[in-house]
Amino acid sequence: MLSIENLHASVGDTSILKGVNLQINPGEVHAIMGPNGAGKSTLSHVLSGKPGYIVTEGKVIYKGQNLLEMEPELRARAGVFLAFQYPVEIPGVSNIYLLKAALNAIRKHNGLEEVDAMDFLTLVKDKIKLLQMDEKFLYRAVNEGFSGGEKKRNEILQAAILEPALCMLDETDSGLDIDALKIVADGVNSLRSEDRSFLMITHYQRLLDYIKPDFVHVLAHGKIVKSGGAELALELEAKGYQWVEGQAA
Amino acid sequence: MANNYSAEYEKTSDALPGQSLDWLKVIRADAFKCFSDKGFPSLREEEWRYTNVAAIEKKLFTPQFNVEVNEIDKELLQNYQLDGVFTIVLVNGRVSLEHSNLEGLSDNISVLSMVDALDQKPELVEKYLAQAVNDKEHSFVAFNTAWFSDGLFIHVQANQVIEKPIQLLHIVTQADLLATTRSIVVVDEMAEASIIETYVGVENVYLTAAVTEVFVGKNAVLTLYKMQSEGDKAYHFGGIYVKQDKESRFTHHNFSFGGLLARNDIHTDLNVASECDLNGLFLGVKRQHIDNHTRINHAQPHAMSRELYKGVLNQRARGVFQGRVIVAEDAQQTNSEMNNRNLLLSNDAEVDTKPQLEIYADDVKCAHGVTVGQLDEKSVFYLQSRCLDEKTARNILTFAFANEMVDKIKVESLHEKLLLQLLQRFPQEGVEKSWL
Ligand SMILES: Nc1ncnc2c1ncn2[C@@H]1O[C@H](COP(=O)(O)OP(=O)(O)OP(=O)(O)O)[C@@H](O)[C@H]1O
Ligand SMILES: [Mg+2]
Repeated sequence: MLSIENLHASVGDTSILKGVNLQINPGEVHAIMGPNGAGKSTLSHVLSGKPGYIVTEGKVIYKGQNLLEMEPELRARAGVFLAFQYPVEIPGVSNIYLLKAALNAIRKHNGLEEVDAMDFLTLVKDKIKLLQMDEKFLYRAVNEGFSGGEKKRNEILQAAILEPALCMLDETDSGLDIDALKIVADGVNSLRSEDRSFLMITHYQRLLDYIKPDFVHVLAHGKIVKSGGAELALELEAKGYQWVEGQAA
Repeated sequence: MANNYSAEYEKTSDALPGQSLDWLKVIRADAFKCFSDKGFPSLREEEWRYTNVAAIEKKLFTPQFNVEVNEIDKELLQNYQLDGVFTIVLVNGRVSLEHSNLEGLSDNISVLSMVDALDQKPELVEKYLAQAVNDKEHSFVAFNTAWFSDGLFIHVQANQVIEKPIQLLHIVTQADLLATTRSIVVVDEMAEASIIETYVGVENVYLTAAVTEVFVGKNAVLTLYKMQSEGDKAYHFGGIYVKQDKESRFTHHNFSFGGLLARNDIHTDLNVASECDLNGLFLGVKRQHIDNHTRINHAQPHAMSRELYKGVLNQRARGVFQGRVIVAEDAQQTNSEMNNRNLLLSNDAEVDTKPQLEIYADDVKCAHGVTVGQLDEKSVFYLQSRCLDEKTARNILTFAFANEMVDKIKVESLHEKLLLQLLQRFPQEGVEKSWL
């Protein structure tokens, strides 16, 4: 599904990613952990096409396509989704409008007709129930005045409706209370399927207790310095990042 | 100062309404003297430093007094007459009762043309005329006082509530015309009303110079809407001057869309514990120049004012916002907030914004903020990451920025008209009307 080879990226003169290699197959759940400032969000931004990053080396192939050459919206329409660590507030644009516009853009991309208004409403109400959100959120402006946890939940609502093939979650668990974490995790688990892959960035074992990863990677100083199975996360929790960084050095 | 207009005034002033009233004759003559002494406003005046009116001085726009019923532009009438409101149509600066509709309006609310009011209730007009604004305010006010051809006199008696808004639809149908209307709105104690001023006209050069004086009584509530959609080549000068009594509420919504050059003045004098809300949206495209000038005078304690003006400027358009808030020494416990936010969509667009706070009292809460910027790139990317192409994302964000002001309008037919105007003036690809 996704193959990242020797990816180097920088902002201005600062090099942030320094040779990331990662292979994600359909249906797999990968967790990326690592210290603050390691470059985890940067990796997700580069993959989703956020402007301002310069890729200096390496390549990324997504479903056979050169991902880095695609416009952000084309990546999104092709199934790459990023639930942001810090979702943006968009006053004046209602949640439901954005959901519908996004879904229709994907359908158009896939040669389908616009979604029927009733079907859409049924779908949205179904998913909003799954995430146990109030229907009022649909008619509010995107993320405007949402609490930190509400924003994160809203990102997952979008994922649930857009059904991406590659779903990246950047610290979706941060800022969620214990109950919300469980609800969001259930939401994510319900999305798991044989042909959908996940890239979860997190600092906490908590999330991984609910969503069991197939692989855990440690990203430090712009590189993946250690990879392993779900047990690696537990080991990290016990020993801290210095342990891996020490090993890698 | 000699200009084209002096000779024209000599020629036409006898035909002005109310010239048989001595007091009015004096007022008009003084006003014309004030205008001719000072001439049109110049860039040297602080309150006109961004707006050049030399083009008007060079031309000669002439009024039309004696034409009985002006040939009306059916299309403009149909396009801008709102549903679910009372309507008064003014054609080329004269009220046309033929096209108006006041059916069902309560007897306790009098709506007269200024011509009729001067004829039937001159003492009432005398009581209010030139009381909310002085000719020295600026030359266009003096010009208007000297030369007004008609207008409305609206009087809502105490405790009356008008259930539907009254629309004053100003239509100009001829090139080179001078449309000078003077209106007076009086809302007595505990009464409630809303009035919609609409200005439209042909795609020719003409000049609108309108003044509205407003008196909001004790505990009374008035909402005034203005939709300025003049023809592309028109000059528009519109002033609203308000005197608020104790505990009154005045809300103004100023939508400035049309004209080549438009200047809006909104001034209000607050009394004890009164409130005002001034909202504005100005959209400029091509070479349009739109100037907004507001003044909120906190002369008395415990009053509250809120102001939000938004500007969107594209191509070579230029916008101006000058917002003055004056808090007098006695006006303790004043609460005032002023904001002006501007979106520049092209490198050649420009806005000059100048909030001015003059505070002489010490126990007050006053805040103001100004922003001038482009669309937020983070938001553009967020929408792209949600599958929308860049152009659509930009259109949506622009629309959303402006729509905040349109969204405040609860009069359904006006709301719809404003949305349409918004869509017409900006790229609409990707913005569905149904998105709201
Ligand atoms: N626009 C930028 N300009 C300069 N430096 C940047 C920019 N964006 C990111 N960086 C730097 O790149 C490094 C990696 O940032 P990134 O946000 O990817 O870290 P992260 O691993 O997601 O950290 P966290 O766990 O705190 O979210 C940081 O040192 C950050 O300061
Ligand atoms: Mg991060």
